[in-house]
Amino acid sequence: MSTVYERMKDLPSTHLLGTGTPMCAGCGGLEALHEIYDVLGGKTVFVNAAGCMTLLSVYPFTPFRGSWLYTSMASAPAGAQGVRDALDILLEQGRIGVEENLEAIVLSGDGAAYGMGLSATSGAIERNLNFIYLCYDNEGYGNTGQQYSGATPHGAQTATSRGFAGYAGYKKDLFSIWAAHKPAYVATVIGAEPLDLARKIETAKNLRGPRLILALAPCPTGWGFDPSQTVEIGRLAVHTGLWPLKEYLDGKVAHTKVPSKREPVEEYLKRQGRFSHLFVPERKEDVLADIQARVDAYWQAVETRA
Amino acid sequence: MTRRLLTGNGAAAWGARLAGIDYVPAFPITPQTEIIETLAAWFDGNEIAGRLVMLESEHSMITAAAAAAATGVRVFTATSSQGLLYGAEMIYTVAGWRAPFVMVNVSRGLASPITLEPDHNDILAVRDSGFLQIHCATCQEVLDHILLAYRLAEHKEVRLPVIVNQDGFYLSFTREPVDIPDRNAAASFVGPFDPETLCFRNSRPESQAVVVLGGSPYSYFRYESHMAALRALNVYEQIASEFADHFGRRYQALEAYQLEDAEFAFVMLGCFATKAKAAVNGLRAAGYRIGLLRPRLFRPFPVEAIRRALAGKRAVAVIDQNLSMGKGGILHTETASALYGQSDAPPILASFVGGLGGRDIAAEEFFEIAKLLGEAADRQETPPPRLLFTDTELREVRKLQLIAHVEQTSGSGIL
Repeated sequence: MSTVYERMKDLPSTHLLGTGTPMCAGCGGLEALHEIYDVLGGKTVFVNAAGCMTLLSVYPFTPFRGSWLYTSMASAPAGAQGVRDALDILLEQGRIGVEENLEAIVLSGDGAAYGMGLSATSGAIERNLNFIYLCYDNEGYGNTGQQYSGATPHGAQTATSRGFAGYAGYKKDLFSIWAAHKPAYVATVIGAEPLDLARKIETAKNLRGPRLILALAPCPTGWGFDPSQTVEIGRLAVHTGLWPLKEYLDGKVAHTKVPSKREPVEEYLKRQGRFSHLFVPERKEDVLADIQARVDAYWQAVETRA
Repeated sequence: MTRRLLTGNGAAAWGARLAGIDYVPAFPITPQTEIIETLAAWFDGNEIAGRLVMLESEHSMITAAAAAAATGVRVFTATSSQGLLYGAEMIYTVAGWRAPFVMVNVSRGLASPITLEPDHNDILAVRDSGFLQIHCATCQEVLDHILLAYRLAEHKEVRLPVIVNQDGFYLSFTREPVDIPDRNAAASFVGPFDPETLCFRNSRPESQAVVVLGGSPYSYFRYESHMAALRALNVYEQIASEFADHFGRRYQALEAYQLEDAEFAFVMLGCFATKAKAAVNGLRAAGYRIGLLRPRLFRPFPVEAIRRALAGKRAVAVIDQNLSMGKGGILHTETASALYGQSDAPPILASFVGGLGGRDIAAEEFFEIAKLLGEAADRQETPPPRLLFTDTELREVRKLQLIAHVEQTSGSGIL
């Protein structure tokens, strides 16, 4: 697919999202949102679900050039449905011109995207709603202090899994849940890979129907690392193979950035407080081996299919 | 104008159709489903423009309804009972968006135990949400009040969503003769929807429903909604008078029946009040000076009008078709708060609870209540609250319990 984003210098030089928001220093979700908004533009209405980014628009301020509607934790896709249907009715009946049209963007964290809002999301996809779902995935209920959610990875310590083993479950595969609905587009992105991200937003922008942009959002406060390390943590998530950059389009899944030589998952894990119990007071070799084995198995399956 | 036999649900669908709705997000629930099926057939047959979309829950349905209204189209939806409560988070949330739309609630008792038949605990559970509430007693009122509700909701002094309530089965599935206004007459009464500045357009970026920090801005916006709801009392009077000019049917915030010269009064909500009306006729024939007061508007609550209507009565019985566990009838509490401290308030305000889950309130029970009111007025002593239930009913329940017991013991013992 042709792209205007061949090299880093092709990325937008005008930045659209305002500054001075109450997001934490080093927020990986805000990093991704800045990059995404630069490509999407202001001809948008962000339909927000309860989460960290609900605090972007605090009366009477907003960092967005376009529009915003806060809904609830569970029903942002239904809010997008109402906005989209209303705009379509107005357009069809000639009550507004096409120049007044807006793209409906759901903006939610993983708590809503993987859990409470999943029923409303599934409903919106099955109705073939023309919208973009943008999830900043910080792998826990971040805004309330990082309790574990359906997006929390195996072994991570959270505010509700502080025990010896960390979180016992495994991260839910939201990409595949979306892909199983056969929507227009599904993509994973990360702020640390802005070129890959920009191309995917460009692709999504030129499609119609349900589209998911799932952004891993390194979270200094929730994951336990210095805010200066957000980009490095994001880079390692990709280079260890833990966060595969991929897209679903026309019924096929393609990996957009395959690490030529994967770094050991340890390199990613050891830099984060939530995984420190895997290293001190002693290494939990079995857990580390389990996490590594799952990543290896994933990429082996990818290579076998390719 | 045509006159036709319509169910309450049919009347609701006609009301929405004549109001010129653009959009219906829907979800089925007994006894509301006929409303959305009727509208869906009209959309499918291109008899009305716009669209109906099935959502996957009432929570989503109410979100979509308000989001569409906030984008500037005229929205209608309908629900009942468990559905209303499933969507209750959004009922409270979207009222604060000040995006006007109309929803019909077909009242049905709440679980547990689960039932299909009517009472008012569902609609009263969203009493404090910011939605205005209009309670109907006939199929004609349902149709007419959907037209009135759009005028009320969209009025620039109000700008709040409105629930038009009708009782499940007794209205929703009962056919009554209904005057269906002429399409053009209805359109000229309701007029086009003017979203004013509240909408989403590329040329006018808008942030709606945003967070506030701190109690001051929060209180400001909550007070604004409250004052808008209070203003709806006068606005209702104005538009009801306009409605009378257009269609000849005159409505007020309160329906008063045989009340002026009455010494005693029943106070009730919804269509069971028509049973009270019949009882008033019977009691009048038997020499009782009794009347009926039925609030059509429940939010805003017509406090002044209630004071005036009940001033000087010797004793009043509020018959609630709902039950606040651990307190009693909700309309009784509301009425008491309106009357307390007024020099000419009735000295006796007795509470009766009946009609839960569709349980009938028989003519004899109204007679018994009237008799109790007379005795209470003479003794100047308010009788304790009563839960209506007869010996026959208790025997029926005991019989069911006996059957349950026999089934249980014979199942484990003999088989």
